[in-house]
Amino acid sequence: MAYVPLADRDHEMEMHHPKTWIGKWVFCQDHKVIAIQYGSIAIFTGLVGLILSLLFRMQLGFPEAADFIDPSFYYQAVTMHGMIMVIYLLTALFLGGFGNYLIPLMCGARDMVFPFMNMLSVWVFLVSVIILMASFFVTGGPTGGGWTLYPPQTTLAGTPGHDMGIVLMLISLAVFIVATTMGGLNYVVTVLQYRCRGLTMMRLPLSVWGIFVATILALFAFPALLVAAIMMLFDILLGTSFFMPALIESGAPLDHNGGSPILFQHLFWFFGHPEVYIVALPAFGLVSDVLSVHARKNIFGYRMMVWAIIAIGGLSFIVWAHHMYVSGMHPYFGFFFATTTLIIAVPTALKVYNWVLTLWEGDIRLNAPMYFAIGFIFTFIHGGLTGLFLGNVVIDLPLSDTYFVVAHFHMVMGVSPVLVVFAAIYHWYPKMSGRMYHEGMAKLHFWCTFLGTYAIYLPMHYLGFVGVPRRYYALGTTDFLPPSAQDLNTTITIAALFVGASQLLFLINIIWSLRNGPKADPNPWGAASLEWQTPDTPPVHGNWGESLPTVYRWAYDYSVPGAHEDFIPQNTPESEEPTVDEQHFDPDTDESMADV
Amino acid sequence: MALAVVVVLLVVGSIVFHFMQLYGGPWYFTDLAADWGSIDFTINVTFWVTGFVFIVVNLFMAWCVYKFRQKDGHKAVYEPENHKLEIGLTIFTTVGVIAMLAPGLFVWAQFVTVPEEAHRYEVLASQWQWQFRYPGEDGVLGAADVGNVTPTNPFGINPEDPRGQDDVVVNEPNMHLPVNQPAHALLRSHDVLHNYTVTQFRVKMDLVPGLVSYLWFDPTVEGTYDILCEELCGIGHFIMRGSVTVESQEEFDAWLAAQPTFAETQAIPAPDLAAGQASYAICATCHGAQGEGNQALNSPKLAGQEAWYTARQLKYFQTGVRGGEGDTLGAQMVSMSMTLADDAAIRNIAAYIESLPDTPAEPTIAGDIDNGRNIYAKNCAACHLDDGSGSWYTDAPGLAGMSDWYFVTQISNFGAGIRGLHPNDHYGEQMVSMATAMSDIDEINDVAAYINTLR
Amino acid sequence: MSFFKTITTKPWEKKGVIGGLDPEGAIDAPNEKVALSVFLVVVSVVFSLFTVGYFLRMELPDWQPLSEPGQLWFNTGLLVLSSVLFQWARNIVNSESSKHLTAAFIGGGLFAIFFIAGQLAIWGNLQDAGYYMTSNPANAFYYLMTGLHAVHLLGGLWVWSKSSIKLLSGRETSDVKLSIELCTVYWHFLLIVWLVLFAILSNT
Repeated sequence: MAYVPLADRDHEMEMHHPKTWIGKWVFCQDHKVIAIQYGSIAIFTGLVGLILSLLFRMQLGFPEAADFIDPSFYYQAVTMHGMIMVIYLLTALFLGGFGNYLIPLMCGARDMVFPFMNMLSVWVFLVSVIILMASFFVTGGPTGGGWTLYPPQTTLAGTPGHDMGIVLMLISLAVFIVATTMGGLNYVVTVLQYRCRGLTMMRLPLSVWGIFVATILALFAFPALLVAAIMMLFDILLGTSFFMPALIESGAPLDHNGGSPILFQHLFWFFGHPEVYIVALPAFGLVSDVLSVHARKNIFGYRMMVWAIIAIGGLSFIVWAHHMYVSGMHPYFGFFFATTTLIIAVPTALKVYNWVLTLWEGDIRLNAPMYFAIGFIFTFIHGGLTGLFLGNVVIDLPLSDTYFVVAHFHMVMGVSPVLVVFAAIYHWYPKMSGRMYHEGMAKLHFWCTFLGTYAIYLPMHYLGFVGVPRRYYALGTTDFLPPSAQDLNTTITIAALFVGASQLLFLINIIWSLRNGPKADPNPWGAASLEWQTPDTPPVHGNWGESLPTVYRWAYDYSVPGAHEDFIPQNTPESEEPTVDEQHFDPDTDESMADV
Repeated sequence: MALAVVVVLLVVGSIVFHFMQLYGGPWYFTDLAADWGSIDFTINVTFWVTGFVFIVVNLFMAWCVYKFRQKDGHKAVYEPENHKLEIGLTIFTTVGVIAMLAPGLFVWAQFVTVPEEAHRYEVLASQWQWQFRYPGEDGVLGAADVGNVTPTNPFGINPEDPRGQDDVVVNEPNMHLPVNQPAHALLRSHDVLHNYTVTQFRVKMDLVPGLVSYLWFDPTVEGTYDILCEELCGIGHFIMRGSVTVESQEEFDAWLAAQPTFAETQAIPAPDLAAGQASYAICATCHGAQGEGNQALNSPKLAGQEAWYTARQLKYFQTGVRGGEGDTLGAQMVSMSMTLADDAAIRNIAAYIESLPDTPAEPTIAGDIDNGRNIYAKNCAACHLDDGSGSWYTDAPGLAGMSDWYFVTQISNFGAGIRGLHPNDHYGEQMVSMATAMSDIDEINDVAAYINTLR
Repeated sequence: MSFFKTITTKPWEKKGVIGGLDPEGAIDAPNEKVALSVFLVVVSVVFSLFTVGYFLRMELPDWQPLSEPGQLWFNTGLLVLSSVLFQWARNIVNSESSKHLTAAFIGGGLFAIFFIAGQLAIWGNLQDAGYYMTSNPANAFYYLMTGLHAVHLLGGLWVWSKSSIKLLSGRETSDVKLSIELCTVYWHFLLIVWLVLFAILSNT
């Protein structure tokens, strides 16, 4: 087949219009429905993860009251919470949810390149979630080996879920990787091939850039997890010794010999570190767009933002062993990985500067999404800066495996991306549902979440300084810990319960508003990017009505000097630019003229 | 508006909280007890650099939110980029990163280079105990391998290796070090990943089965410090405790001399069953001629228990580790145990008890067996094994076929802190923590009822 | 337009339509082929990581090299033939003809099936000779890597079988043209992977 130009392809494209309810909502190939399916499954799974975290927080904060939590369940809850949140919530939500919804709309396409494979992707994802949840109901329960699944521990009798739980976990991960690969191929090819006329790569909104680069990271990083999972399954089920050295289980020697647990860690973190950016880069992109729209100002330093996304994505593959400074690997690696890790701080810091500079001289509308976006900048600065402690290899010596690590990664890849998730859901809610959410409830949700999570994690850093180790069911009698450490733990738990409960505000708001919210304007924020320019709200299957849009400008034409509106949509031709006529345009009074 | 104020308040609040901890608050780094002030220096440098960025960027953001909030007739400035500013910020950030990284790499170079004069010792981790080994006269540790591990050779020292014979073995989780002598810890694990951490020394390292990792430090302050495991190692991770005592060279030498060498532990004569039988006569009045136990006299069944456990408990009664305050029944055993003259007598009687025929005790406790199985399989089996037979490796006594009422009393005692919290009960504290898996007497009965099915 | 030039343009400066009907930077190939190329890169990462794992594990003392049976040369020949037949089918389609197309395409797949059967036979022989998966990591890697390669071939055979049915039921050549094209690329890729694996396995 010779290459068919896109414009010709448009009318050729088969729109698979469903007739029945099942066809519309279950086996649907519309990227928007798939996005909502992906997002709903991810959020439901995330709720399970949230409840697990509240349960083990109960044990830590109120050990007397939480006597229904035994050590075994504690470790299972900690493990499943971690894995669910990182993989099944955040990865699936950012790539499968936002990626699916926004990529075709922002690219001016009718759908993904391969809609059928896209539909398969979400169903395979559901299968992986079902396998994961099944592990709660098998003998021994889910694995309690920590979300890092380090062998040999996860497969030995001393660890909860060492029999069935770990096997199901590994299978679920492998299935998830299949789903991500199917989705990921779609996202990458769609961004490359299905951009509409005039839409150059550098005219794309940063959301697409973030998701695009994160998808490439996912395609290259998840294979490492797959390889590790396969080899570990061989060790467990077939008795090989890839990762298993000669060792003793419950007093009796095992048949394994010579394997290397550190090899697993290398594979795991070769996936695991890019994974941080698989979550972070889409968040970076989405928050850039939210900030720019609500500040009525172009994102500051667009090119630098794109370069930073690419640089961070590339560097993320050569920093993995900073998770292994005290793993017993050759200590000389520490020099290399500490250096690369701190270098990655430079592009990351530039992104932060540019977000703040986007606010500078803007005309900031403090809508709910903007609250979350600004809250994100604060928490991300905090989490990013504490990363400089852990990345700097000697400081990792006292701090690794303490609560400081837990606090750091929750600030940087828990709270921060989740604030962006909320910002993005509120921001795009009018387009996705055609209704407005309840502004007051959304802002209350913001205050509870933002202040509540800071109350959880700021003190947690200090527990880490004292030296409280992570993954301890109980602190026991430990001489160097002041008794007040337990009080602090209790405070943290109270804050966590509060934050957990306040997420009901979010659920109630988005579900209630689906029917009862006021009808939304097609472009309530006055945004310039393509997804707000669809003929229908919410967009119908096929997105663009008769003909595809043509793009004449970048996605950030806000407050352009001489224009009488403070935004110009991407698909507005120069000839139709809504300008103030010559005699009314006064460069001296038009505040949008840069004075630098 | 409110958002700008809140951001300012959070910045100020965080800084105030930090300085409160820095100057006397309870939640800050422990006092340093090793010569790693350079690590603390790097931490302080990082605090200053990151703190500066934290304050400046957030306050600037708060100011922007306040100053450029929406106003009628106001319009944002159109400014796609400002290359000079971005280059300036890049340089500024790079300088900050170098300021933190340079001392970091410098100190790391010190950490990876062990000084020649450092004294070596070995840390051995297993689920969930610490053990230690010091080189003997020859200053060299003998070869060891997990394949050589037996109950009498828990370190797996190669018996053929002459350099290992004089190694001093410390088969309990408490170690000693001389002050102001650089110490070079060689780290080994027999099962899973562990992590050797003494918070006051600032350094830590994983112990990895199949290889020997290391760390070094120079302890500078005398005292006793907790050793924690800080790499998740299974369900007993949080109860894997030990201690290190830093003391003067003389005290250390005296302590070391009191510990057995490997050769000595191997040369212990086989127990004398006849002598054991003779001393058992006095026990038989309460525990029965066959060690079958007698509930009316509060005497548990002894037959079927392995010698290492019986011996350890007799020693505990002798030294007052068990049978202290609150344990009135145990107190009776304190005086009885005094009839055993020395360690050899304890070994003999323990071996004799092990040789007695093991007839399972009659069940006396009823409970919900399913619930008991659930609790046992999840929390107890890791050490006491699925069949309740116990294991020397995890320091767990056999439970199956033993007196169920005694099990209930002892778990209650652990739960109430009557047993296990004596500082010299190196293993009992683990049970104090694990006993919380059974939340009340009903659940203890359930587990006892389940154990009764394991016979 | 080079990647570097693309990302250094200042998008706010130039207004109006850039490029023709197609977006700038789109690849001049069918989408399926672009997707296949990305997928092959992903598969390469998987095999590369196994290879890295192989070499790292090899350093450890308990490694005993496996002496690969000579029959692998024969199997390699089968896979080469399979790839050659696919290439022939591709050439036929590209020259707008359909002579021998069915024979070439189906023959290519059959030789791949023979290859897998041959690989299975070697597995059986190794088992009989006592080279179990658990006895040594070199054996384990042998089974793992050859197995994974065969699984990828099976995936290709699934696509091949669908196209073969179309061919046999007399559908237009244009219906299967893309499929033949993709199968050929995929087969060549798996042949290269196999040659690399074979080289690594037999030289260590």
